[in-house]
Amino acid sequence: MSPWMQHLLTLILFTPLVGGVILGFLPDRPKVQRWAALVVSLIPLALTLVLWANFDFLKAGEFQFRIRLPWYDAIGAAYHVGVDGLSLVMVLLTTLLVPLAVLASFSIQERVRAYMMLFLILETGMLGVFLALDLLLFFVFWEVGLVPMFFLILQWGSPKGEREVWPGFKLQARTYAAMKFMVYTMAGSLGLLLALQMLGLVTGTFDYLQVLERWPALTGAYLPNIPWRIPLETAKTLAFWAFVIAFALKVPVWPFHTWLPDAHTEAPTAGSMILAGVLLKLGAYGFLRFVLPLYPEQAQSYAPALAFLAAMAALLGALAAWGQWDFKRLVAYSSINHMGFVVLAVAAAAKAAGTEHAVQALNGAVLQMFNHGLTAAGMFFLVGVLYDRAHTRNLKDFGGLFSVVPLYGGVLMFTAMASLGLPGLNNFVSEFLIVRGAWPVLPLFTAISLGGLLFTGAYILKGIKYALFSPLVEKWARLPDMTVREVLVIAPLMVLMLVLGIWPLTLLDVIHRSMVALVALVAG
Amino acid sequence: MSLPLSDLQALLPELALLVLMGLVMLLDLLWHPRRKLGVWTALGLVAVLVLSLALAQPSGSQAVWGGILRHDGYSFVFRMLFLVGALVTALLAMDVPHLGDKGAFYLLLLTSTLGMMLMAMANNLIMVFLAVETASIPLYVMAGFYPKDRASAEAGFKYMLFGALASAVLVYGMTLLYGLAGATDFAGVVAGLQQATWPVWMTVAVLLLVLAGFAFKVAAVPFHFWAPDVYTGAPTPIAAYLSTASKAAGFAVLVRFLLAALPGSTLPWWGAFLAAMAAATMTVGNFLALAQRNLKRLLAYSSIAHAGYILIGVVAASHLGVTAAVFYLVVYLLTNLVAFGVVVALESAGGTSEIRSLAGLYKRSPLLALFLMTAFLSLAGVPPFSGFVAKVWVFTAAVEAGLIWLAIVGVLNAIVGLYYYLIVLKMAYVYDAPEEEMHRPVRVPRVQAAALGVLSVLIVVMGLVFAPWFAWGEWAARTLMGG
Amino acid sequence: MSPLTILIFLPMVVGGVFLIIPRMKDQTVKVLALLTGLVAFLLSGWIYLNYDLAQGGYQFVQKSPWLPALGISYHVGVDGMSAPLVLLTGIVIFTGVLISWNMPRIREFFGLLFILATGVFGVFASLDLFTLFFFYEIAVFPMYLLIVIWGWKKTREYAGMKLTLYLFVGSVLALVGALAMVFQAKAQLGYLTFDLLELEKVAFPVAFQKLWFPVVFFGFAVLGGIFPVHNWSPDGHVAAPTAVSMFHAGVLMKLGAFAALRLGIMMMPEGAKFHLPWIILLTLVNVVYGAFIASVQQDFKYVIGFSSVSHMGLVLMGFATLNYYGFLGAGIQMFSHGVMTALFFAVVGMVYDRAHTRHIPSLGGFIKKLPWAAVAFIIGGLTSMGMPGFSGFIAEFPIFMGVWKYEPWIAIVAVISIVVTASYILRVAWRVFFGELREEFQDVPGLLVYDKVALAVLCAFLIGIGWFPKIMTPWVHVGTEYVLQLLK
Repeated sequence: MSPWMQHLLTLILFTPLVGGVILGFLPDRPKVQRWAALVVSLIPLALTLVLWANFDFLKAGEFQFRIRLPWYDAIGAAYHVGVDGLSLVMVLLTTLLVPLAVLASFSIQERVRAYMMLFLILETGMLGVFLALDLLLFFVFWEVGLVPMFFLILQWGSPKGEREVWPGFKLQARTYAAMKFMVYTMAGSLGLLLALQMLGLVTGTFDYLQVLERWPALTGAYLPNIPWRIPLETAKTLAFWAFVIAFALKVPVWPFHTWLPDAHTEAPTAGSMILAGVLLKLGAYGFLRFVLPLYPEQAQSYAPALAFLAAMAALLGALAAWGQWDFKRLVAYSSINHMGFVVLAVAAAAKAAGTEHAVQALNGAVLQMFNHGLTAAGMFFLVGVLYDRAHTRNLKDFGGLFSVVPLYGGVLMFTAMASLGLPGLNNFVSEFLIVRGAWPVLPLFTAISLGGLLFTGAYILKGIKYALFSPLVEKWARLPDMTVREVLVIAPLMVLMLVLGIWPLTLLDVIHRSMVALVALVAG
Repeated sequence: MSLPLSDLQALLPELALLVLMGLVMLLDLLWHPRRKLGVWTALGLVAVLVLSLALAQPSGSQAVWGGILRHDGYSFVFRMLFLVGALVTALLAMDVPHLGDKGAFYLLLLTSTLGMMLMAMANNLIMVFLAVETASIPLYVMAGFYPKDRASAEAGFKYMLFGALASAVLVYGMTLLYGLAGATDFAGVVAGLQQATWPVWMTVAVLLLVLAGFAFKVAAVPFHFWAPDVYTGAPTPIAAYLSTASKAAGFAVLVRFLLAALPGSTLPWWGAFLAAMAAATMTVGNFLALAQRNLKRLLAYSSIAHAGYILIGVVAASHLGVTAAVFYLVVYLLTNLVAFGVVVALESAGGTSEIRSLAGLYKRSPLLALFLMTAFLSLAGVPPFSGFVAKVWVFTAAVEAGLIWLAIVGVLNAIVGLYYYLIVLKMAYVYDAPEEEMHRPVRVPRVQAAALGVLSVLIVVMGLVFAPWFAWGEWAARTLMGG
Repeated sequence: MSPLTILIFLPMVVGGVFLIIPRMKDQTVKVLALLTGLVAFLLSGWIYLNYDLAQGGYQFVQKSPWLPALGISYHVGVDGMSAPLVLLTGIVIFTGVLISWNMPRIREFFGLLFILATGVFGVFASLDLFTLFFFYEIAVFPMYLLIVIWGWKKTREYAGMKLTLYLFVGSVLALVGALAMVFQAKAQLGYLTFDLLELEKVAFPVAFQKLWFPVVFFGFAVLGGIFPVHNWSPDGHVAAPTAVSMFHAGVLMKLGAFAALRLGIMMMPEGAKFHLPWIILLTLVNVVYGAFIASVQQDFKYVIGFSSVSHMGLVLMGFATLNYYGFLGAGIQMFSHGVMTALFFAVVGMVYDRAHTRHIPSLGGFIKKLPWAAVAFIIGGLTSMGMPGFSGFIAEFPIFMGVWKYEPWIAIVAVISIVVTASYILRVAWRVFFGELREEFQDVPGLLVYDKVALAVLCAFLIGIGWFPKIMTPWVHVGTEYVLQLLK
């Protein structure tokens, strides 16, 4: 391998960060910054395509393009990155969505430079999570992503709205949302932080591959190396829940989800796209990459509990979405609903470790992650397009837009149908796979989740009906249709939604191979 | 009685001082040089110093004048110290009206210095008493040098009364001691006491009388009452001299008496007594100093407190202890002279000795403020000023001697001390004087400025390079204690 | 002459010159001060970089007899633990000069500040008990004067005195303990020595260590801000002028922690093992309680002041674990917190100079006027909450690991401080820098270029270590190994 290829992952990972820094030295004119950011964000995409082309799909279950460089050797952590099928798909999703989100942010007018810099830093953070093969490095990137997102919401979120946090103390809604997002996620990470330290001390390393060998294989009455006199099983269970809570917060799973509607609603359009498109996947990725392989036994015994939470997320998320009149909030709740399925699949796979069902459910889960990335990003973008024009998101204010903006109407219909799970479009495939895999393992919870699916239809149709089809409200009669730039943002997403709905096999193949490996690992 | 040549050499400083006294008297009578007399006196003292350092350095411990005096490293160091003290006092006083222009003042100063030098050398109870009186009587006069000023007159009178009482107690104690031991020379006293056939409390009681006499000289609690009033009332340069040279002389004779005239077996008795006295002196001095508003009064209480620190070194009664005490005295003399020098300068610029009148000093005379800072921080025991090392040595000596409680009392007292020294500094550096005064600089005559400057530099230098000075102290200790 | 000696005495010489020459022009003073600061910064950096990691131990050693009669020598040198701290001092003095460009009475200000710097450099480099105390006490009086002369009018006299007395009390008690060690060593060795390297080798009797360890450790830990004798520190931080707060929280508190390690733990390991189990509980109070108290402050500077209490608690907690991770983390935390808190106080000063208030609810929107300060504050804030990518994470992570290794429950409780810290830092950042800029602040001037350089230098270290721990960990690692070897 040429040195370039050898360091391909590093290049993908740090190009956005370096680009962001370079942006800081470019003139602070919106136009320059926008285009520069777009160009920078396209580089990782191109590199990811190179990666894709050079990836050995037959060995999708192994980590490829691995690089291990000394980093924090004093405590046994290294810069260790690599991709397997799972990471590859997630990296692709990220590098794909970021340029689109940047393009969608061209409408941002204030402090463009800072915005774009944060956005690019965010991309590095997200990519790092998917690429890291070292627990400490993983944690670094896991947290790094928070900061830019926090500021994106705080500074560029929707300027309207107030929240009364407690009687007499009012906050701007976006401030409240940003704070809530940050504090929730940080609090969730505390357990993860502690658990990682415990793992690091017990196994003597932070290297994922080594931890993977040593941690599940631990025997004895107590944890070695640390003076914690509680039974090994209890310690493992505590660590398991620490991991689960951290990831569940991010996914988010009911009842840890309350930050999400606020954050998604208040974030700027592109921020919501990335939040829903990629950030939520970090949690799901954590389940797949860490929870299942590291805690197969605990996962198995607590699978019903997890499935319960997932089913509640799917059901209650849909119900809550149905009850919303704020279009963006509706879409936000839909994310909870959709991600609930992913966690359901994880629970099923944990329960049925080693079986064909597990593979099937996980295939569905990963595909769902990718698909939801596409559709949620699309939906948020479309809500943003509407908001840019109408400056309101209240569904009651709208009506009859289809006739005014037919192009927009068509696109929205298409995307909404994809989100709904219309056969022939992408979400159908993944949700089908999940249900297929989970049904024999956890019939009750799958049934509840399917109830959620019912309401998915309800809320999607509600949104579409009120926005597009009710009687025309006079003041929107002159609403302009989508611009070329906006079409350019949504078009790639739509193409993918269609392609993955009809011919998901290319992607599924990668996913399948890596999930087979994962399931084998979990089964021991 | 004929004086052998070696005795002449040993007494060279004293003889030279006598010659200087004669010259000063002549100068005053013939030319009336007024304030310049101070310069001449100072120059003369420099000459005495140089001459002594060059020609009169002792080798070993030499009995002089039939053994009533000892010419050893110990006495030599102290004598040089007194000369320096007198020198600086003369310079400080020369511009003080009704003081610096009077020849009598300089004569009294030199006489007192002579007495102190003899105190440091005295090796015989009778000589001790003679020397103490030679040193003290001129001081009484000097303290009351402004007869028209009620405060000064009161100071002189008070000092004399207390001093006379203390002398009486001292001489009474000495008589009894002679009665017990049957000798007046120190070696004889030791020998006499060692063969004691009487109960030990009798020795102790007698000792206490003698110690009380000395405690008065060094202003140790509970014999300190005279100090604040006398310092405040006396002309400031005299107060400076009283608080430095006179105190050092008291210590000089005290330490020699304790270590050379008393058998080691009495150490536990006077050790305990002096330890208690040291603790009380430090504590009382420091806590009373906290409440003072007048700089001279504050310095008086601080000088009481410092007597306490020095007593720590004495109580340790070890090689290191004596070294530390001598070192401390040297440092303290230089430092306190600077502190009083600042007061003198302030007063001659029309200010009072109230702490309040320091306000705005940083602007009115940055140099004087700097001197003040040097002196007070040194007194507080803060490096790089030499007061720090001096304190460290006495505490070290205490710890070495196992007197850890005393060291702890000492360091806690150092904290109290730091508090009030800093308050004074704050006044000089933080507060502004009323507008019209702020723009009126305080002018320090060049001679005083130079003297204070040299002393300040010495304070810093001794704080940084202390080995040579420590060696002096060690020399003193060695010649006194042997070994 | 060791370059270390030059580094130690250079500031004092320049400071002394400033104090002695009253007629020096302000402009001359500034240029000279800047040059001195820069030289100190570069020289400390040079020493740091030229420390030979492979060789380890003490380097740049100079040992000159000072008072041979008592076995005292001027003995300085740096090891892996102190090299970063020397560098830290260099950084803080340089940036401190930069941000003090428009101080009144600037000649005296820099004069005293530089004398303070000498004291600090000296303590970090001391290899002799006497040398250490000498430099330690040198730091006392400039600190006092700097606070009472240039501090915040409302509290400066109270806070300055409080701080000075606390520090003095601690250090003089420690001095008695140190002297006790010296004479105990004399009884065992047969000669008097103040040399730390020799004293380290003396195995003091266990009973002796149990008696004296708390005295020495606490004497210095006072300056490290240990609970319950921490409350001089927020008051002092708040009252001090900006550059002094930087010095104070940035370097002086490290002085206490470092000396507590050097004279307490390294000299009397048995005493440490005996007493640290309860001391670690005090540090736990520091960490958690400090964070909670910080979160309810209304004064911008008090928030930072109490956050220092919390963070220094982590340093002492790291020491108290007596294991590799704890020492490693604490060593890095000392540097990281030093730079971070210097940055904080610099920013607070910049805001206060313009707004003339530090009441958090009265501020707002300053990012529009002081974007550099805002970004710097955010970077500092992220470091403070242990956000990965900044040096705070690199430091705190091993500390928590060390605590895990010592007693997991303490780690689990202590970690709460992270989320509390996050909440108050975010609150402050948001209330001060975001939101609406009030009418009266519309015309405040921007930052000077000196201010920006200072902020950039400080931020560079926080981020640099955050991403490349290698630029600091090997040093601390070497230092830690040395400490551990003594503990065996």
